[in-house]
Amino acid sequence: MAAVTSRMAPAGAAEARPQGWLHGVRFDQQLIVFLLFVAIFAAFSIFLSGFFSVGNLLTLMRTVSVLGILGLGMAVVVIGRGIDLSMIALLAVPTALVLTLASRGYGVGLSLAGGFGLAIAIGVLNGVLVAYAEIPSLFTTLAVGIGLAGIGQSGLFDYEIVPWPAALDPIGWIGRGSLLGVPYSVLAFVGAAICIGIFMRRTRPGTFIYATGDNPSAARLTGIPVRPVVILQYVIAAVVSVFAGLVMAASASNMDTRIFNLTWIYDVILVVVLGGIGLSGGRGGALNVVVGTLLIGTIVNGMTIMDVSYQAQNLIKGVVLLFAISLDSFINPRNEETAQQGDI
Amino acid sequence: MIKLSNFVGKGAVAMVMTALLAAAGGAHAQQSMDDPARAGYYAALKDKRVVFVPVFMGLDLTEGWSKMMKKQADALGYKYEVRNSNFNTAAGAQTLTSLITEKPDVIVVQNPDVQSYAKLLAKAEAAGIHVIQLNMKTNLLTTGFVGADVVAIGETQARAAVEKCGPGTSGKVLILAGPPTSPFSAYMLKGYENVFSKTPAIKVVSQQSTGDYESSKAKSITQVVLQQHPDLCATLGVWDNADVGTAAAIKEAGKSDKVFVSTSGGGGELACKGIRDGMWQHYVSYDVPGQARDLNALISAALQDKEKVGTSKTILYTPLVVYNKANLKDQFCWTLDTIR
Repeated sequence: MAAVTSRMAPAGAAEARPQGWLHGVRFDQQLIVFLLFVAIFAAFSIFLSGFFSVGNLLTLMRTVSVLGILGLGMAVVVIGRGIDLSMIALLAVPTALVLTLASRGYGVGLSLAGGFGLAIAIGVLNGVLVAYAEIPSLFTTLAVGIGLAGIGQSGLFDYEIVPWPAALDPIGWIGRGSLLGVPYSVLAFVGAAICIGIFMRRTRPGTFIYATGDNPSAARLTGIPVRPVVILQYVIAAVVSVFAGLVMAASASNMDTRIFNLTWIYDVILVVVLGGIGLSGGRGGALNVVVGTLLIGTIVNGMTIMDVSYQAQNLIKGVVLLFAISLDSFINPRNEETAQQGDI
Repeated sequence: MIKLSNFVGKGAVAMVMTALLAAAGGAHAQQSMDDPARAGYYAALKDKRVVFVPVFMGLDLTEGWSKMMKKQADALGYKYEVRNSNFNTAAGAQTLTSLITEKPDVIVVQNPDVQSYAKLLAKAEAAGIHVIQLNMKTNLLTTGFVGADVVAIGETQARAAVEKCGPGTSGKVLILAGPPTSPFSAYMLKGYENVFSKTPAIKVVSQQSTGDYESSKAKSITQVVLQQHPDLCATLGVWDNADVGTAAAIKEAGKSDKVFVSTSGGGGELACKGIRDGMWQHYVSYDVPGQARDLNALISAALQDKEKVGTSKTILYTPLVVYNKANLKDQFCWTLDTIR
């Protein structure tokens, strides 16, 4: 659903459609965030020595590639007018299961099957509860996520930080090393973005997800199988989460299942919302997630180079993101069509 | 002339006497005696109750301590249980509040920070419960504290870095701290500061927090800093589990033999694996088995104590052990199965 800029801007608001050579360019949130990213990137390149180098830019991408992959999974669900708060638990527990099975001697294929199997089962559970039991996705995925984390922490693994076993080294390349200078984790993100992009825009199930997100009742009336499509969304999110988990575990040589206790899920939602995928569903795509990820990656990388303290980093991140969303609200005031609705 | 019969007579008497004495002496040697302290000791400890309130379980440190405490509890006949607050300070505070009404004999508590539980611990001691603080303490001193002298850990690590990064190297050091609100991390930083403020040759190029000891954060920070300072000489990390990420970043950059990595932790299998695989070259262990033994000693003392709670306060700082490649074979690389 393309963003249509309202012609009925409230009196006194800034002119929403600049004329001249900018005529026809929609200043939607994605563009604003992209311009903000370009501005910050340029500022860092000029004022921060060591920022604008191939090595550093690759490191920048590497830092946020796992976040980006998770953002892609979340985007699929959000476009379908849902939200998946269990993604961090899905990143941690099935991946830790893969690591544990491999370290007990079950072989690469069987371990992966075990991990992905668990993730798909949880994805189906999420989908069934949202589609058939009609429990709002916010509560469902929150509860399922907590439950899954609890299963993981209640003795499934020896320690909560599971080390990467040597048996899994054949697939370890996914998070380590590089191809032609580009780290594999970055290539994983790019690959995932291309796959999700093609899936959402060029395949029938992808189009169904857009339709379900934009107007579920109309979609059902036209004969689209809305409930199976909803289940599909959550299964995709689950599979993407495990993939991200494997990239992360290969990269750090361990899987820390305690991360569920942290605030990562908010970073993922931020990447998605910042890039311009509205929480009311039906709009956006893979490119939005890439743009949101680039912005966050640039900010974090620049602040690390400047040796900014942890608390200040969080503060600056929050301020920049608030600024980006406020700018969008200012330039694209809400109307009946673009107004947020639903459970969030 | 000496008559043979004299000798025979005296010899016979001597032999009989010796035989009698031997019999009597033998009987005395077999008489046993009970150790008078035993009965009182075991009676004092039987059916008492000890509760452990950790910040979280599932980690080699807390599981190791818990296992050792359980061993002593089983051997001496008192009850031992764990009430895990699982990273949730509010849940931990609730647990302590309910324990104050339940009145166990000893509470062993691992504090998430210096303040959250301080008032509750004071209340517990006022209610007659011995409180032993473990690994991380509050500002309030209770019956006992067992843990490492964290400032000393920091100083030990910093001194090793100074040795490695003297003149002839770049002298650049990266410090990876823990959570900004953690006093453990803050004490470690003070230890570093104490040494580095006296050695101008060392340049701390970056001091970043790894969030909640996240190894992925440690990895990304190290990557960025290595990018900016390819001649980095040393990294100092606060905890071994987080420094797995640091080591991964250094290995990927191909600098495993050029950057000196120093970390610290409980001294178990991960510590030894790290030294063997070249992840770190210097490890300061606060020896979880030794710490657990100290802890058990304080618990036993508390259970036998007949004085009013709070009359004695004991601090036991665990002696630190430095692991490196040279002395690795002499170290006790404990696992949960082998800890004693």
